[in-house]
Amino acid sequence: MTIPAVNDPVATTQAVTARGLTHRYGERVALRDVGFRVERGTKYAFLGPNGSGKSTLFKLLATILPVQQGDLWAMGVDVTRAPASLRAQLGVVFQSPAIDRKLTVRQNLLYGGRMFGLSGRRLDDRVAEVMARTQLAERAGDKVETLSGGLRRRVELAKCLLHQPALLVLDEPTTGLDPTARRDLWSLLSGFEGSTVMFTTHLLDEAEAADRVLILHAGEVVAEGTPAELSRSVGGEALEVSVDPEQADAVRAELQERFQIEAKAFDGTLRAQVADAHRLVAAVVDALGERARRVAVSPPSLLDVYFLKTGAPFAAAGDGDGDRDGKRQPASRRRR
Amino acid sequence: MSGAVTALWQRELVRFLGDRSRVVGSLGQPVVFFLLFAGALRDSLRVGDQTYGQYFFAGTLAMIVMFTAIFATITVIEDRKEGFLQGVLVAPVPRSAIALGKVLGGATLGFGLGLVFLLGGCAFGLSPTEPLRLLAAAGVLLLLAFALTGCGFALAWLMDSTAGYHGVMMLVLMPALLLSGAFFPAPGAHAIVRGLMAANPLTYGVALLRHALGNVDPAMGLPSLTVCLAVSLVFAAASFALATFVTTRRSARDAT
Repeated sequence: MTIPAVNDPVATTQAVTARGLTHRYGERVALRDVGFRVERGTKYAFLGPNGSGKSTLFKLLATILPVQQGDLWAMGVDVTRAPASLRAQLGVVFQSPAIDRKLTVRQNLLYGGRMFGLSGRRLDDRVAEVMARTQLAERAGDKVETLSGGLRRRVELAKCLLHQPALLVLDEPTTGLDPTARRDLWSLLSGFEGSTVMFTTHLLDEAEAADRVLILHAGEVVAEGTPAELSRSVGGEALEVSVDPEQADAVRAELQERFQIEAKAFDGTLRAQVADAHRLVAAVVDALGERARRVAVSPPSLLDVYFLKTGAPFAAAGDGDGDRDGKRQPASRRRR
Repeated sequence: MSGAVTALWQRELVRFLGDRSRVVGSLGQPVVFFLLFAGALRDSLRVGDQTYGQYFFAGTLAMIVMFTAIFATITVIEDRKEGFLQGVLVAPVPRSAIALGKVLGGATLGFGLGLVFLLGGCAFGLSPTEPLRLLAAAGVLLLLAFALTGCGFALAWLMDSTAGYHGVMMLVLMPALLLSGAFFPAPGAHAIVRGLMAANPLTYGVALLRHALGNVDPAMGLPSLTVCLAVSLVFAAASFALATFVTTRRSARDAT
């Protein structure tokens, strides 16, 4: 039963509206008073480290978990009351692909399509169309267990697109994929104009590619907005100094004394928001000499937003995905 | 909904036929069991006018259906572990369709294997050759396969590991098969065992199969045809209701 959103005009123009979502696993609170709105046709990211509650949020949206407390509307459906009525409009991509490894790519798609009410000619057409679009046609007869992780994820995505869902939700869709497979997946996803895409991620660069980002920490929303808005909210530039972890405290004190820079230290990295950091680089490098392994300036990133709002280092920041892909181009020593 | 049922049903058959060792094992195991028991107890055990082989033939059919139901429903646990099930759970189909598709799949396998053995029995004088009796026996096989697969499905849905399922299988399903009249008749047993056999719904299924096959002897102490039919129908309906019921439960654990 679909409950029309007549008493809630917002819910009809938005793809998803959430208010006061709170979720508990026994005593443990996984989500606390989470709210957000997602415009139709946009890409929306839930960013947070492990344990931040983003997977619980995904499960609520995917209708696997019942809403315990709060309101959740998606595509005009009251998910709290009638989660099942959302499913026809919903495509869900799980972290571990929900496909049968013992079956071929084509068999998986045919059975998957039938689960969503497709049949006969229309099913055949859709399977052919989606396979062409996801470049799986050549592997149609191969068993899924013989495919690489990236291809499996693509089969999963293809299966979810058969019924042309208006809302696509993905849980850490690029986990376990190599950089090439990650890029392939995102370029595939960016081709879906019109449908609303929501995904969880712990990778900063993936979140930065979304239209809006919701940053979660310990089950609570710490920030929400477009990546540009969020970066502006931090202000200034990010100055990052890498040092020997044992010297981090001494260097931090020195930065404060000589430059009035309030840096936060985690492991061997000192990070601070500074108005004109790029003007300071040469002086900082001169002052620290050999102790500075690397001095970098960049526009504030979502990492800084997280850091500023929570005071905690973003757990996943350590794997440096943002830097490795060359997404953020730090001004390094070479700027001297 | 019907698309989902047939998709899940068909998937069971495709997976079974694609797994050669499973096909060989499923066909070979009952033959080996039958030959061992019928050979070993040939002269030491007779039931009424029948040799043990003649008696155990119906029991072997029940065993085939039971084992197939077990192996078919173990895949529920694998589906959950491998992630396939979560994709099914977010599809716009009622949970009863998920249960029906899976149970029909397993039941079809049990029925099919039982049928092969039943028709094979004709060649050795173990099955009746009257078409009507064969048809009736086939119908009972289908009913039993559906009932037992429903039970297996309900158990498997609640289990997290195949090891746990094996434990429950040895504790519940195997005793149910042993105490069904498949291996020995009730009259000669201890009063407690006779009581357990009378309370076991599978007893009536195996007896119904004997009625259909014309494999009846006073020494077997079988319940009447009407009672057997009624209990078996209720058993099948109840086990399917249970299978559907469990799928609507356990929502929180599905997410883990």
